[in-house]
Amino acid sequence: MRYAETGYNLEIDLTRGNIQRVETDPRLAELHLGGLGTNTKMLWDRVPPETDPLAPDNLLIFGTGLLCGTPAVGANRTIVTTYSPQTLLMGYSMMGGFFAPEMKYAGYDKLVFRGKSPNLVYIWINNDKVEIRDATHLHGKGAVETQELIKQELKEPNCHVAAIGLAGENQVYLASVEQGRSSASRLGIGAVMGSKGIKAIAVRGTKDVNVARPAELMKLCNDVLQYIKWREANPIPGVMTILQGLGSPQEMRTHDEKWHTESFMWGNARTRRRDFWNKEVEDKWRETQENVRTRLISCYNCPMKCGATISVPGIATYMMKCYSKLTYTMAAYSDLDFGFKIAQRATEYGVDGFSTPQVMAFALELHEKGILTDSDMSGMPSDTEGRFYWLLDRIVRREGIGDVLSKGTYWAAKEIGKGAEQYAHNNIKKHEQLPLKLGMLNPVYFLMYSTGEKINITQIEGQFPQEPYPTMEQREAFVKDWIQVPDEKFKQYFLDWEPRGEKSNPYYPTVEMTCEIVDWMEKMHYIDDALGVCAGLSSFPLKPPYHIHNYPALVSAATGIDLDEAGLTQIAKRNRTMLRAVNVRRGMRRSDEVPPEDHWKKRFPELEEKLLDEYYKFKGWDKEGIPTKESLQELELGYVAEDFEKRGIIKNG
Amino acid sequence: MAKVKKKVKTIKIDLDKCNGCRACEMICSAFHASPKYSSNNPARSRIRLIRDPIRDVYVPVYAGEYAPAECMGRDKYVIDGKEYDECGFCRASCPSRDLFKEPDSKLPLKCDMCESDPPEEKPLCVQWCITDALSYEEREEEVEEEEKQEDIDVAFESLVDKYGMEKVMDTMARKAKKD
Repeated sequence: MRYAETGYNLEIDLTRGNIQRVETDPRLAELHLGGLGTNTKMLWDRVPPETDPLAPDNLLIFGTGLLCGTPAVGANRTIVTTYSPQTLLMGYSMMGGFFAPEMKYAGYDKLVFRGKSPNLVYIWINNDKVEIRDATHLHGKGAVETQELIKQELKEPNCHVAAIGLAGENQVYLASVEQGRSSASRLGIGAVMGSKGIKAIAVRGTKDVNVARPAELMKLCNDVLQYIKWREANPIPGVMTILQGLGSPQEMRTHDEKWHTESFMWGNARTRRRDFWNKEVEDKWRETQENVRTRLISCYNCPMKCGATISVPGIATYMMKCYSKLTYTMAAYSDLDFGFKIAQRATEYGVDGFSTPQVMAFALELHEKGILTDSDMSGMPSDTEGRFYWLLDRIVRREGIGDVLSKGTYWAAKEIGKGAEQYAHNNIKKHEQLPLKLGMLNPVYFLMYSTGEKINITQIEGQFPQEPYPTMEQREAFVKDWIQVPDEKFKQYFLDWEPRGEKSNPYYPTVEMTCEIVDWMEKMHYIDDALGVCAGLSSFPLKPPYHIHNYPALVSAATGIDLDEAGLTQIAKRNRTMLRAVNVRRGMRRSDEVPPEDHWKKRFPELEEKLLDEYYKFKGWDKEGIPTKESLQELELGYVAEDFEKRGIIKNG
Repeated sequence: MAKVKKKVKTIKIDLDKCNGCRACEMICSAFHASPKYSSNNPARSRIRLIRDPIRDVYVPVYAGEYAPAECMGRDKYVIDGKEYDECGFCRASCPSRDLFKEPDSKLPLKCDMCESDPPEEKPLCVQWCITDALSYEEREEEVEEEEKQEDIDVAFESLVDKYGMEKVMDTMARKAKKD
């Protein structure tokens, strides 16, 4: 019997209409766990690096984390992996919700799609019964609407549906996959789903998920649950509200947006409004939020309430989570009411709530500067909010200038020319980043931004505080119950870290310490993403319930695989190196690993070079960021080294 | 018929506090797995969350007594203006629907308040609902105790069938002595 995993993948070839249930090799879980780990391995093995992301040969993989469907709290993530049409590198985007556990209960660890259907279809997976069904009647339907229509059509209110909207159908690079309260939004995953002709995937499962050592696992899960309860009652003092608790930032619960509105940039990641937040705004925004928010809601088997049902009078209900309530608001210099309204249309269209508003603000800036002309924007209303709706419609329908913008700011700027490139100023590896512009270089964040391969800061940061604490007393209080550190030395790094003076950014933490801190943070994300545990209970917030000390026992009890901290660390390293290898084979090199030039005002080119040099070394990569033969062999990835040699990426012998 | 005080175990459900996570379904099915916690499967759970997120419907329902016949009434519920004509909120498992039946055997499921040895402090769904949508209540209730001679006869006969008259009588004698 297989534990925690089902031992089967579902392979669907859309060109031929072929459906196969395939048994997987149990050794893969020992080497890579599951989720992101085994997804990456599959992409390496099966999709050659020259594959066009939107071509039928590309794979689209919906992978469940190894712990999804077990009693492990918050293990509900679906990791969607493919080649991204926007970055041309491996793209993985994750969603919480209910999809991954339902897949497990239906008997599958992964859904693997290849080929291209001649017409629009949806997939209906009901335990062992799998059908490819016509979806032409769903063409152009909203992503939320589609989920409801399919549930009705199948007369199965308990199935869970992942769907694309019009943006995905039109292969817009900003397209998301929407599912209940969750979505896999970043890097154009929805466009790849659209390119295969898949409108939606519906899953219903009523089978058991087995675990290896039940009593032991239950105790560990209970400990996690009790810690969450305690941690919720004991928020961390001295940091801004949204960093005090667990979960993803509690944007649906909190009204206090002083920090976001005054620290993040407005418009095309341009303007910081340091005195924006006042009593009047606060009262108005609170009223707006309370009026539209029907209920705070969770993902499967998780007590956190990071999402909400949003019902704006006069428009259809949808669900929202995290920071997207502010992305449209701030890109348009508007207010929260507008943010909630336009997000409804954007969710139905199925677009990424981070990139899309930036693309629209970018277009308006180009228009203001005369780079985009009135004829480019012909038909655009005169008010800002109207312009955002107009641009959203054009982008999703790929009409006129919208077609150019549908690829994101990097590709649009290239196509527009006339100096437009300098307005696409907030990208890393061709992908839009959080609108943050800061003063002094932070060495830890420099490395995370440069080298993170999710290409999204929230998917690498988390364990180590973002800023030093002002007083020694506060620091001592913080480290007192900091059980999550992998090594006691991290406490000392934090204790010695000063806001000003010798031991402050950018030279403290030292290069060596910076490498260790970044590696620790990244490691936790790679473990979570292989296990399907939400970062909000693990790698993302300060002092989370899951950490390197309790994870090995949990994974062991659930799967029966013998594992200690060193073993788990080795797997995380293997998965991380594998992902790097996939991207190196796609052509990624050191020159791609740069944060936006204007991210910090004060830059230190020499120090930055040194940080990269040392971090690459620390990781077992060469000066170009390519994993060395020795480090690959040490990770049982000798076959990757061989492939690199064959392609001349590393020198033979 | 005598009136006696009886401890009634109940679970109070606060719909407003439900966050829809279905941990109750997961833990119920795990607790009742054999061996205990060895697997989980919400389709075997004795509590189900009837959910319709877009219409903000979240109703945890416990499995009650098995209803041998199909319901004549087919209750209609109207929630937020939407009519639900399925009998989804009924606690019973019955021939007309799949709810509260073992997926394999189709045998009816019923909530047993997690009776076990050693006893649990509270039913597991309550323990795992840390948002407090479910809370455990014990209350004393005066009920008319009906002596069901027939039930006792049946139970006695089945014991005798299984263990033989001699063993049952021995046990009774021993128990009587102890008390």
